[in-house]
Amino acid sequence: MKMDEIITLDYGSGGKKTSRLIEQQILPALGNPALSALGDGALLPGGDRLVFSTDSFVVSPLFFPGGDIGKLSVCGTVNDIAMCGGEPKYLSCAFILEEGFPMENLEKIIASMAGACEKAGVQIVTGDTKVVEKGRGDGLYINTAGIGVLRYPGLSPRNLRPGDAVLISGTMGDHGATVMLARSGMLEGELRSDCACLNHMALDLLDKVPGVRVLRDPTRGGVATTLNEFVEGSELGIELIERALPVRPAVHAACEMLGLDPLYCANEGKLLAVVPEEQTEAALAVLRSHEEGANAVCIGSVTGDFPGRVVMKTPLGGRRILQKLTGAQLPRIC
Amino acid sequence: MPSAETLIAAIRELRPEPVKLMEVCGTHTHAIARSGIKSVLPEGVELLSGPGCPVCVTPTEVIDQILSLSMEPGVIIASYGDMLRVPGSRPGDSLQRRRALGARVEIVYSPMDAIEIAKQNPAKEVVFLGVGFETTAPGTAIAALTAAEQGVRNFTVWSLLKRVEPALRALLRSENFQVKGFLCPGHVATIIGAEGFRYLPEEYGMPAVISGFEPEDILLAVYHLLRQLKEGSPRVENDYPRAVSAKGNLLAQGIMARCLAPRTDLWRGLGEIPDSGLGLRPQLREQDAQVRFGLERLPAPKPTACRCGEVITGRLRPADCPLFGKRCTPEDPVGPCMVSSEGACSAAYLYRPASP
Repeated sequence: MKMDEIITLDYGSGGKKTSRLIEQQILPALGNPALSALGDGALLPGGDRLVFSTDSFVVSPLFFPGGDIGKLSVCGTVNDIAMCGGEPKYLSCAFILEEGFPMENLEKIIASMAGACEKAGVQIVTGDTKVVEKGRGDGLYINTAGIGVLRYPGLSPRNLRPGDAVLISGTMGDHGATVMLARSGMLEGELRSDCACLNHMALDLLDKVPGVRVLRDPTRGGVATTLNEFVEGSELGIELIERALPVRPAVHAACEMLGLDPLYCANEGKLLAVVPEEQTEAALAVLRSHEEGANAVCIGSVTGDFPGRVVMKTPLGGRRILQKLTGAQLPRIC
Repeated sequence: MPSAETLIAAIRELRPEPVKLMEVCGTHTHAIARSGIKSVLPEGVELLSGPGCPVCVTPTEVIDQILSLSMEPGVIIASYGDMLRVPGSRPGDSLQRRRALGARVEIVYSPMDAIEIAKQNPAKEVVFLGVGFETTAPGTAIAALTAAEQGVRNFTVWSLLKRVEPALRALLRSENFQVKGFLCPGHVATIIGAEGFRYLPEEYGMPAVISGFEPEDILLAVYHLLRQLKEGSPRVENDYPRAVSAKGNLLAQGIMARCLAPRTDLWRGLGEIPDSGLGLRPQLREQDAQVRFGLERLPAPKPTACRCGEVITGRLRPADCPLFGKRCTPEDPVGPCMVSSEGACSAAYLYRPASP
């Protein structure tokens, strides 16, 4: 007997079950051209073409090395707009507060939002506050939405060509590993979330490297899941070189301990860019000229050999398939 | 340590006969699949997964018992994350689902975390699911002992602990068992010592090599197993001396002996095996969840459609199970081998080799 379907944490993992929820519940009822494109943000028609995006933040703990829920809520939405080729301008912000939440913590979080907005060059221009009874929330949840001007139309995984280079702007898994370790109560050492706004770096890259095919920030589900989204249902595949994947030793150690894989760990301050092969060095130079992209490297290429698949060449010389995240243990990391 | 290329070349130079070897540690299973070791071994040299995933060897009936207990008012289940998705006898039923239905299930990384939860929730009953082999047994025993000494009365341990040796003996006695050598579990060996595997060569003529977990460690152990077979001189070789001594961890063994006693236990795929489980000794009965909640030991399991039992015992390759990748996937698992991070099916599914 099959059990009644209910929402479990898997549906919020950013992996296969999240995709299923969107495809089976949301798109049939609410689908339209802007939504059904399933980009990080929606591209809206009109005089000045707009990019519009929203994201909710339920991370636990609220404060972690490298950031907090406030900074995350600004960076997350700013990055979604930037990855669409948009210049983020204005954000909304909604707080859902639990009765009893310390005002001091709220002050810190708001100050951190202000700092992130200033750095990104965006303003919060509308908002909402709700308070729920004690026990009906988990301290604080934040939703932000953002609007930006579309500066670079046409970015899409459909632009990929065989031979294109796949670049990442730095090390993988820093945010996910940090938050997971903080949740386990074992956090120590150099682990820090990479939480950062990427709009200046992304727009600089798009300014200087005209051939950029697509940009995406590999948040929940990690690099492996995002790259799968690039080639799903396509005639092309992506081949990664395991030895080229940048992972900090502390992240590697934390992942070993927690049974995680950096390829599936969330990043909150990294972007993936696919560029024509001949523009690889130029693109890496632009990324590396920014603080957030100092460790940018090429991790693989687009190939016609594995249609619809992301595969990885292992140090032993074998190749294995990398799938989307499949319902791993991902407590609330963003 | 020689490089992977050197080891692969050395293995090929041995020109081994076709042979089946078995690893009995889920961490090995995943390391083998992740690094693609099977694809670089000479044709005919097969690595099969044995009963090395503690979650996988826990039978469905026990999972059902755990799911029932989780719905008791006032009970908090504290468990390693691996157990959360393991399905009971009804498809889709799991601790994760029970949690969504209101059960309190907390993921912990150590049994001591579960004691903390008990202290913070004095009005609740915290039950720690003590899953694992000899590797996790000492920590589980210490938790029970600590709770007894500190008088944490609302903390109990449900011991699902198992011993590797009786299971391997049961496998070796089983009909048509074709494995000719064992890649022994490095983590278990740190506790029981290299000598803890001497019965394999001495009583069964089986080569036994204790291995670490990097791809090179495993290749070296495979090389040594094949060399023993070639020479016809089965013995225990310790290829993981940086962690494993001959006698093992005597302190841990002492704590186990003081707190835990062998008992007949049920294994998925292997059935009932005498002395294969570890239960809390009577002096810790106040800390024993099976005593507190009157959880009876179950009769031998009924056969089910799930073939994890055959996978665990090396009689069925994951990909040869008719459910593999179809009805049974990591997001909708039918059996524990697909869901546990140490399971053979999950390794085979997550790390499928790619060919153009």
